[in-house]
Amino acid sequence: MLMFLARRIVTMLLTALCLTFIVFFLTNLPPNLEKLAKQQASVRMSDAQVTSWLESHGYAQPLVTRYGEWLGVLPGWTGTDADGKATGRCYATAGAKDVPRFCGLLQGDWGWSTVFRSGVGGILATRLGATGWLMLCVLLVLIPSSLIIGILAGMREGSKLDRSLSVVSIASTSTPEYVSGVVLIVLFSSTFTGLSPILHHWGWISTPYLLKGSATSAMSHITFENFTLPVLTISLYGIGYIARMTRASMTEVMTAQYIRTARLKGVKFRNVVLKHALRNALIAPFTVIMLQIPWLLNGVVVTETLFNYKGFGWTLVQAASNNDIELLMGCSVVAVIVVLLTQLISDIGYVYLNPRIRLS
Amino acid sequence: MEKLTWPQIFLAMGERFWPVWIALVITFALSIVFKRRLGLYGKLFDSPIAMVGFALVMFWVFSAFLAPMILTHAPLDQLAGMKNKPPGTALRNPDGAYPYYLLGGDTLARDVFSRMVAGSVVVIRIAPLATIFAFMVGITLGLPAGYYGGKLDTALSFVANLILAFPVILLFYLLVTPEIVQSGVPQYMAAVLFLFPIIFLVVLVNSRFYVKPAFRNFVVAAVIVIGGWLYLSTLSQPGTPLHLLPAGLDLFNIPGNTMIVFVSVVFVNSPTVFRIVRGLTFDIKSRDYVAAAQTRGEGPWYIMLWEILPNARGPLIVDFCLRIGYTTILLGVLGFFGLGLSPESPDWGSTINAGSKLIQLFPTPALAPALALMSLVLGLNLLADGLREESLKD
Repeated sequence: MLMFLARRIVTMLLTALCLTFIVFFLTNLPPNLEKLAKQQASVRMSDAQVTSWLESHGYAQPLVTRYGEWLGVLPGWTGTDADGKATGRCYATAGAKDVPRFCGLLQGDWGWSTVFRSGVGGILATRLGATGWLMLCVLLVLIPSSLIIGILAGMREGSKLDRSLSVVSIASTSTPEYVSGVVLIVLFSSTFTGLSPILHHWGWISTPYLLKGSATSAMSHITFENFTLPVLTISLYGIGYIARMTRASMTEVMTAQYIRTARLKGVKFRNVVLKHALRNALIAPFTVIMLQIPWLLNGVVVTETLFNYKGFGWTLVQAASNNDIELLMGCSVVAVIVVLLTQLISDIGYVYLNPRIRLS
Repeated sequence: MEKLTWPQIFLAMGERFWPVWIALVITFALSIVFKRRLGLYGKLFDSPIAMVGFALVMFWVFSAFLAPMILTHAPLDQLAGMKNKPPGTALRNPDGAYPYYLLGGDTLARDVFSRMVAGSVVVIRIAPLATIFAFMVGITLGLPAGYYGGKLDTALSFVANLILAFPVILLFYLLVTPEIVQSGVPQYMAAVLFLFPIIFLVVLVNSRFYVKPAFRNFVVAAVIVIGGWLYLSTLSQPGTPLHLLPAGLDLFNIPGNTMIVFVSVVFVNSPTVFRIVRGLTFDIKSRDYVAAAQTRGEGPWYIMLWEILPNARGPLIVDFCLRIGYTTILLGVLGFFGLGLSPESPDWGSTINAGSKLIQLFPTPALAPALALMSLVLGLNLLADGLREESLKD
């Protein structure tokens, strides 16, 4: 087990290094740097000015050196700016006094965001907090509903209930977030169409809309009104997949010998499902749910953009569309950690839940 | 003229789709009559779910091919006074054009209905072909990884997992921005990815016909010449780092945007296909018929491509359907973030993005493409489900 863990962690680190390097490489291609220079200094710079700007801001060093600086294994660049003051990579966050020689990820310095003009670490912490609430609500909706659908469908394979729930799950997997979001907004939050005008006309709701189509206000306080639609939008796409996996696992368990024995002994069907089948049927969905979390990350990006909720996904889009190198690097580090960590947890959990599997 | 009511709008839309209805009826009639002779395809018509799925898919496929007959207006035409008009609004002065905007106008006064139909052309043009390419890449790399195992497998799996660990949207943002396009990265990626179909076909033919060298040489040469020419014409693009062919030899020029979207979608899909093929190969290589072929002295590539691959076709066909649906969703994601395809392109993702800004006031410009995309993906998923059930019955 320890050997397995060690090997997995080494692979994880290697993957994370390769991935961040690829992102670093792609964001630091010459056209991207030129765009960055023009964005930061002035749009009407000549080529020579761009070159000198890049040189004075440390972008002219070799790519690998700069990656090393970002990571914190090489000392940060230093130089003097136009006024003759000393500048360098580490001056941005540390100020003028006690500038450390190394300031990279390993030293806990995430860098400086050129779009938001503040430290990347701070931005990521607040944005991740916002997304954390979103993800928490999503998981609270997603896991129970998909497990219930899957178990109901899987307990009597081929029944009418199974068929109709399967179609529901398939429909759910065919509705990406940008489709369900649009449909939900039209149904619940438009003052002209959908349910809201009818309900308002009947006097059931006092506001002209049932739910809010924008989640910006949820940044300060989360209410049912402003958070339901984003949560539903992300959940809807995921429910179908987990439900289908649960169903497959449930149907397999329901044909097992011990279920037949229990039935023949005269145990009620209800009890067979709840006490005998359920525990074994939930092993596979656990893995699926864990592996689904990084996939939800994509949903989060789409949904946060659609509902204008300024969380991690929104930040990623801002960083990527403005080529904010260090913020984008921070975002990819977070994303990679989420992906690799969930993979690891799903593997370990699988072994833990299923004692028949032994890792060598 | 009067504004149309909703039942009239649906009738009128049904009427516009008449070539599609005829094509669908013919397809279904022929398929049901001959279903016993059509193998797995014929078996689809035994399952109601698969039939519904197939009908939805074919509806959009026929719409895409027959789009010129269905469109009521050109997808880019902006008509005076039609900005943000509700569905069924009559034109002010039709002048012989179709007198209504069936699903209303968008913020730029273009016809929502025509743009929805034109969007199907973009999807049907890119999604299936991109999926085929992803399968070629995945199969060509997945078979040896699963068959040989060892270091090759470790290395390829590492790369596949690396790509899979990227959040898709970050990858799209990194690959599809104009600055990256300018640096030529997508073109170099295309140069690598588009090589795989040729390698696949050459190895496929070579391993089968190596006992008949004369015939083999002829076929392999034909594949290399035709494939190579297509390959070079696809890559060669005047005014970019890869301008390989002179204008006279260049068969066609794919618009830069489409090419980049295509490449990034193939790139995102191939690792998953690779993993599936690798897993299936692992499973199948211990079967008796593989051992028999090895004893017979067949070469490894013959065994992989002509013994293992045909026996893995069931899950691969099912995944193929699912993956076209997923590719459609990915294309929508690209459009939704305004990446790749030009902003006025009628593809569904871009139109949803444009329409979602004013959705609370004018729902149809976003709702129509959203439902269209959903119905196509739903059709593909139902079809895959039906195929899975029917192939399990044997």
